[in-house]
Amino acid sequence: MTVTNPAIPSARVADEPSTTERRPRNPFKRFWPQYVAVAPFYILFLVFGMFPLIFSIWLSFNDWDGMGQMKFVGLAQYRFLITDSRFWLAVGNTFLIWIMSTIPMLFLALVIAFLLHTNIRAKGFYRVAFFIPNVTSAVAMAIVFGSIFSNSFGIINSFLNWLHVSQVPWLSNPWGIKVVIAVMVIWRWTGYNSIIYLAGLQAVSTELYEAARVDGANNWHIFSRITIPMLRPVILFTVITSTVGGLSLFTEPQVLFGNTSNIGGPADGGLTIVLYQYYQAFNQFDFGYGAAIAWALFIIAVVFAIINWRLVSEREVDGQKVFKVSRKQRAANASAEPTEVAAK
Amino acid sequence: MSTTVETPPATTTRFGDPTKTSANARTRSMVGRIVTHVCIIIGVMFSIFPFYWLLVMSTQTTAQIFGYPPKLWFSTHLWENLNAVVHDVPLFQSLLNTFLVSLAVAVLVMFFDSLAAFAFGKYEFPGKNTLFVLLLATFLVPGSLSLVPSFVLMSWLGWTGSFAALIVPGAANAFGIFLLRQFAQTSIPNEMVESARVDGAGFFRTWWSIGVPMMRGGVAFLGIFTFITTWNDYVWPLIILVNPRRLTLQVALSQLNAIYSTNFGEVMAGAVISVVPLIGIFIIGSRHFIANIAAGAIKG
Repeated sequence: MTVTNPAIPSARVADEPSTTERRPRNPFKRFWPQYVAVAPFYILFLVFGMFPLIFSIWLSFNDWDGMGQMKFVGLAQYRFLITDSRFWLAVGNTFLIWIMSTIPMLFLALVIAFLLHTNIRAKGFYRVAFFIPNVTSAVAMAIVFGSIFSNSFGIINSFLNWLHVSQVPWLSNPWGIKVVIAVMVIWRWTGYNSIIYLAGLQAVSTELYEAARVDGANNWHIFSRITIPMLRPVILFTVITSTVGGLSLFTEPQVLFGNTSNIGGPADGGLTIVLYQYYQAFNQFDFGYGAAIAWALFIIAVVFAIINWRLVSEREVDGQKVFKVSRKQRAANASAEPTEVAAK
Repeated sequence: MSTTVETPPATTTRFGDPTKTSANARTRSMVGRIVTHVCIIIGVMFSIFPFYWLLVMSTQTTAQIFGYPPKLWFSTHLWENLNAVVHDVPLFQSLLNTFLVSLAVAVLVMFFDSLAAFAFGKYEFPGKNTLFVLLLATFLVPGSLSLVPSFVLMSWLGWTGSFAALIVPGAANAFGIFLLRQFAQTSIPNEMVESARVDGAGFFRTWWSIGVPMMRGGVAFLGIFTFITTWNDYVWPLIILVNPRRLTLQVALSQLNAIYSTNFGEVMAGAVISVVPLIGIFIIGSRHFIANIAAGAIKG
């Protein structure tokens, strides 16, 4: 990282003589302002990040309602978790909603990014229009989508009625519920991802495209051999962020169904892992079990991270390939021009 | 010899081809452009429609919302709905609470993160790299992991129900430090820092008179970003704000939705109050905002 800033070492060199002349022993005396400047983050993290993390391990080995006496139960919470069918239902729901939202979302985002990348007018306006869903309150929009998809008066069902197609009980059918939640996620995050893809597209050097064109590559070749490989790290970034977001899905189902008797909606169709954790900890006041669910979620996240990491290492291999191709192309160009000239 | 003679044809074939078919290509590209615009506008309509629908519903009575066929255009009951909201829940109080909490977090984050980022980006000190790796490692800690223990911690501190529980833990964050450090490295010349040192300015003086002005684009973005995310925060305020008189907007809105769900017009008017101020802030800062979101992703 320091390599990117070549001037810093020289500044250090300029400092060093004076350090050795004075007291080299106590760095804090000399560098205290820097330590003071970076300290707040670490202090806050120790108190509000690290401590809860360690404490939650301890909590997950206990039975506690938050007020009475803590009772150490060993691995009992985890043993229960493995047999808790409702927990596994929540895992399945989270996973399904994640797939149903991430794949269409990233595909649409790519399409939008490509469309915006062509030199069209009003690009600034379009970018803002696509990005606005991302900055609005998820609570408010969950309420709006709840009424758009309402079984009785929603505009979607009114439209189906008008078409003389049978209506869909969106909010009482487990699959309908997942579709509605996935639509909300897609609506909120497509613009965000397309802005990131667009920046990735703009970062690809136009020389690469020109070189390929000169070599007679057609649009499809350019798309599949240059654009997609060059975008790959950016695509990976969006996959990772949507995985993190997808695993911690909470607001949409909570606003839609949090007030129903069984927090997950009809047949628990909208019960996600974090919603279930919330329910166990703050509705049933089972803090120990809530903490155990959190750690189970963490393990699932780690598994996902390992899968992502594998994709990253694959990308590096591909990245080298891409560079080889481009270098070859550049070499071909370099050699092509003189030969062209010479031939004629 | 022959090369000098033959080069012009080579260039004309390269650049000449497009001009030959230019009329054809122009019409084709115009058709292409229209198709592109149409596709994008369809996408924009999907993106904007829920807002439109929210505004339409907020101007209707509940009976109108429930009616068939649905009314697609504005009605005249917005004022009535807003009055009902204000009468039923302290929504304006929540609006003020949310504004103050978001502002406090944004200001603190801008202050602490820019200080730390300036130190990381422009100075060398023992242990710097270790500290920075530690900072990056904190990215890996998922927030939802510590909802329960954080709640317990807050109750020990006596902060349940208070806004301190929302403001203090968020006062500095790894994301902002990481982002601003890049700004510090790329936009502040070392010579300026060095000459400030020679002139006798200390670290904090240099940060304030050189660091902050030169990082201001990044600091402004971080401020807007933090304000928006704090404004929209839901899980943590929902858990920690136990006093129904002291809520943030999102929690108040969720309760309004739960308790008055039969009065839809009213709930929609409440949703409008929670959405509109933020869209205003976003549109004012949108240019910086979008560019920085993307830049963060590309660099990260």
